[in-house]
Amino acid sequence: MASSMLSLASTSPSSSLSLSDNWKVKTKIGGFGNAFVKTKSFGRTTMAVALNVSRFEGITMAPPDPILGVSEAFRADTNDLKLNLGVGAYRTEELQPYVLNVVKKAENLMLERGENKEYLPIEGLAAFNNVTAQLLFGADNPVIQQGKVATVQGLSGTGSLRLAAALIERYFPGAKVLISSPTWGNHKNIFNDARVPWSEYRYYDPKTVGLDFNGMIDDIKAAPEGSFILLHGCAHNPTGIDPTLEQWEKIADVIQEKNHIPFFDVAYQGFASGSLDEDAASVRLFAARGMELLVAQSYSKNLGLYAERIGAINVVCSSSDAAARVKSQLKRIARPMYSNPPVHGARIVANIVGDPALFKEWKDEMELMAGRIKGVRQKLFNSLSAKDKSGKDWSFILKQIGMFSFTGLNKSQSDNMTNKWHVYMTKDGRISLAGLSLAKCEYLADAIIDSYHNVS
Amino acid sequence: MASRAILQRRKGISVISSARWMSSWWSNVEPASKDPILGVTEAFLADPSPNKVNVGVGAYRDDNGKPQVLECVREAERRIAGNMNMEYLPMGGSVKMVEETLKLAYGENSDYLKDKRIAAVQALSGTGACRLFADFQKRFKPESQIYIPVPTWANHHNIWRDAQVPQRTFHYYLPETRGLDFASLMDDIKNAPNGSFFLLHACAHNPTGVDPSEEQWREISHQFKVKGHFAFFDMAYQGFASGDPERDAKAIRIFLEDGHLIGCAQSYAKNMGLYGQRMGCLSVVCEDEKQAVAVKSQLQQLARPMYSNPPVHGALIVSTILGDPELKNLWLKEVKMMADRIIGMRTALRENLEKLGSPLSWEHITNQIGMFCYSGMTPEQVDRLTNEFHIYMTRNGRISMAGVTTGNVGYLANAIHEVTKSG
Repeated sequence: MASSMLSLASTSPSSSLSLSDNWKVKTKIGGFGNAFVKTKSFGRTTMAVALNVSRFEGITMAPPDPILGVSEAFRADTNDLKLNLGVGAYRTEELQPYVLNVVKKAENLMLERGENKEYLPIEGLAAFNNVTAQLLFGADNPVIQQGKVATVQGLSGTGSLRLAAALIERYFPGAKVLISSPTWGNHKNIFNDARVPWSEYRYYDPKTVGLDFNGMIDDIKAAPEGSFILLHGCAHNPTGIDPTLEQWEKIADVIQEKNHIPFFDVAYQGFASGSLDEDAASVRLFAARGMELLVAQSYSKNLGLYAERIGAINVVCSSSDAAARVKSQLKRIARPMYSNPPVHGARIVANIVGDPALFKEWKDEMELMAGRIKGVRQKLFNSLSAKDKSGKDWSFILKQIGMFSFTGLNKSQSDNMTNKWHVYMTKDGRISLAGLSLAKCEYLADAIIDSYHNVS
Repeated sequence: MASRAILQRRKGISVISSARWMSSWWSNVEPASKDPILGVTEAFLADPSPNKVNVGVGAYRDDNGKPQVLECVREAERRIAGNMNMEYLPMGGSVKMVEETLKLAYGENSDYLKDKRIAAVQALSGTGACRLFADFQKRFKPESQIYIPVPTWANHHNIWRDAQVPQRTFHYYLPETRGLDFASLMDDIKNAPNGSFFLLHACAHNPTGVDPSEEQWREISHQFKVKGHFAFFDMAYQGFASGDPERDAKAIRIFLEDGHLIGCAQSYAKNMGLYGQRMGCLSVVCEDEKQAVAVKSQLQQLARPMYSNPPVHGALIVSTILGDPELKNLWLKEVKMMADRIIGMRTALRENLEKLGSPLSWEHITNQIGMFCYSGMTPEQVDRLTNEFHIYMTRNGRISMAGVTTGNVGYLANAIHEVTKSG
């Protein structure tokens, strides 16, 4: 039963080694090759060499993330005038990160209560799931009253989208997701890694720097029946261009006609107009028609909980039975991904939304943040109009909504913004107004005018 | 009716009527079966019996059966509350947290750390670390398989399956001895094709509690070298097994000494009690710094479309504790205390069973190590424990010793004796 003592000297390791072709000889003194040879059992240099060869030899460097890489480049820039309009993270007028007062209050409450750190259920914190669905649909919405919504806590917007993508891949094999052109860069990665095919629908019209509504409708109509249409609930990222309520009605019409499934990404509820209810209007419009739909939510921006990774995936089904089944399958997808979601952010949200006083405070802070963005939009527009003598219409800045503005600058012009003016933005011409202060609007206007007119 | 409507839709027949909105897209979605482990706690919570005992999920309880938040964690939380902003961590997570975590696994003065040869990212606890590695393995070694011990934590199978990496098993547990099936294990290692990927539990094997001895680990390591196998360690219980984190990392250190380029998943769920914070780390030892940088970038690339970047709160707790010598010492004391309580309960359970005059041998209760005891009970016996005695555990007979207290050990021993005394 007991195995015989291994007779090390008698093994001939080199003959049975079948490692990769690239053998690197460690020759430096005191490096691992030598340390290995010093090991009592194995004095064969050939084995020492072989064992330092990695399985992952051929792995190349992944490209820097186009969005998160911008902040890295900004940090490396030593120029005083530099401005970071890259990642969508809210900044105060002093360009500092902002922890909402209501969040600090909630955290202190939690600290006082001394709650434990036990695992959440796979679907997340029940109190959080309840309030998040209510926030989105309205507490008195029939879909909630009738138990037709399957809600599962996810790792912010990304994680929630990924759960939904995996659900689509598993239950709608071959079904396509249509995403807007352009859209948030990570959408494609999510569907690619989840192995869900995708294609684009027209969205942004560079001529008007506005919505290509007819193109959008045509492309949705042309998609194979039963496609998933990814829609930004409000404050479209990266363009800032949202359909009007009338246009949303027409979009819902064509989606119903073609039997598509609407799939909302709601990352900015409250942050667009300043009103949580108003920003949920598009989702509620679709739900009111009795449509089944998917909605991913994130609290990264509107509660400033970026790094806590708190969000949810909601699936509105036509029956509570279907909702229960769908929820169970979402759990099955989450378990081998991370078992159960992180608790801290969920508790913060549940505490704030669940307490009338804290909820009101949040709404007030939300209005302030959205108000600051509207303020810089106005100032930027004023500066551009005053300084630019070409007669170009800059009013799209005021029409766009939310954290981002699509400036209409192309890649070379965006590069000029960075290289000449030390203004950091993404190459698609997107600037994050959350990173702009009133004080810097004039400087930015100069940079934009220069890049637009003098660079092609 | 609903399915016909779906068929019609699929055939492209457009029938617009209000009735169709009643049929759902999701009619073909079956209810998923309950998770075998987490489902146990659900059932326990639903039970109104005052005698109920939960020895199901592996979450530490104090001697009153209550969850315990470590003092060092509370202190860390006080220090960080309200201070830090909540900006996104980098995709690879908190650098400080990862550095401290690697020291635990690889040793404070490890050359691998000095030479920056380890590609490492913060991960969503042990599950997330294993999943990232499985996805990484799939992407960069698409022809490879994973060898998984029998038995293992059930979620291991789900993880590699969802990552679409084919699975094989290797012998591990020998029911007759309730110990390690070392001979078969070695045979399986020898018979696997050269260069296979193996999943190993670094310490406190889950669910059996059966660990190889140091000598056995050395033999395993040697055979791995002969075969050129890749060792992936899942270390979820460092510190929790013996009470000494350095000792619990022995298997890993043996492999490192032998020159293996390993992968490792670490978790703070149990040893720091950070269960719900999802704190862990995935590391892959590379040939040199350049390769480590490349591998890390690819791990980040896998994380980005899964969750973008990992949660900050737990990371701050970990780095606050491990970065402060006083807090770190407090943590080490608290980990030892938890491990000692478990060891004490093992002794008590065994003694109780022996006192009751059980015909069976219960040596394995004290031979096994870590949070779990593989009792050897059958699913039917487990069902009796649940139905007759309101004792909740997984049907493979795994007892979470963390749920055993001085208050319930007698009751538990009694119940086990009742259902097993007839052999």
